[in-house]
Amino acid sequence: MSVMKRVSLIFKAKANKALDRYEDPRETLDYSYQRQLEMLTQVRRGVADVATSRKRVELQMNSLQQQQAKLEGQAKQALGAGRDDLARDALTRKSSLQTQLTDLQTQYQSLQADEEKLTSASQRLQSRVEAFRTQKETIKATYTAAEAQSRIGEAVSGISEEMGDVGMAVQRAQDKTAQMQARAGAIDELMASGALDDVTGTPHDDIQAELDRMGGGHDVDLELARMKGELSQGEAPREIEGSADGGAAGQPAQAARPAPSADQPQAGDGS
Amino acid sequence: MIVRILGEGQFKVDDAATGELNALDAKLEAAVNAGDEKAFRSAMSALVSRIRVLGTPLPADVLEPSALILPDAEATMDNVREMLSGGGLIPG
Repeated sequence: MSVMKRVSLIFKAKANKALDRYEDPRETLDYSYQRQLEMLTQVRRGVADVATSRKRVELQMNSLQQQQAKLEGQAKQALGAGRDDLARDALTRKSSLQTQLTDLQTQYQSLQADEEKLTSASQRLQSRVEAFRTQKETIKATYTAAEAQSRIGEAVSGISEEMGDVGMAVQRAQDKTAQMQARAGAIDELMASGALDDVTGTPHDDIQAELDRMGGGHDVDLELARMKGELSQGEAPREIEGSADGGAAGQPAQAARPAPSADQPQAGDGS
Repeated sequence: MIVRILGEGQFKVDDAATGELNALDAKLEAAVNAGDEKAFRSAMSALVSRIRVLGTPLPADVLEPSALILPDAEATMDNVREMLSGGGLIPG
């Protein structure tokens, strides 16, 4: 028999069970309505669960992206310092995070689609429950038990099918969410345990440590160079000053000596 | 007639389309019986897209059971088999 026919028969059998439950079909209406309200609560909870799961995946995606940005910054810093090996290391880690990020993005899209589907399923059920409630009141007010029978059949079958459909959707979404929560929990645990630290870089970030060390070393080299410069500047001027002083002191003395001798003949010549 | 795609809701489809839908359904059934995943996927997507094209969504305040119900578009062959074998998984 055709697949679609068989599935519809399975749903009908389910509805018939509900219809056979009570002798007075009007009781069936109340029972079914009770079940509908329960199902509505269940669907709304399902939507909330999926949304929570989606937000969690979103947070993890954000932290992985931040980590990638950090690693990229480190790679640039390392390259700037001429450390290609460190830069390569940082970029390798960045790309290994990409695998996890891609996986999370797929999960995120899937959860988003589930959330949308469940939300619209919840709205569909909500309107049908509302329609059922109206019909239920009319049937109860207008018809005797015997008369109500046929009218109840269709309404109950219709809503029962809707509940079966929505119920399955919620079930599927919850199974999927549970799986994703488990995976998300595993990533959270790995992050907390520090097993991912070597990859994500915190707090035992050896690339950063190396960069810091290099940075520190650079400062030390700079300071050494500065101090050397000061030392050599301090000695060199003294040498220059020393020779300049000697020259300056000698010249006036030498210049002063011939002056009187030059004056003397002039004075002698004059007298 | 009214056709439901699980997870999407009910559609009103003109009875004239019955033959076409039955033919597609027969392909789906053959694929399930043969355990042919590839044929199953193509039969499923053919049926889903035809119902979406041929049908108009049933108003939200109409409470009528469907003549035909198609498993949801993403259902795997195993899901469909499970559904056909027991139906115990249908809540509500």
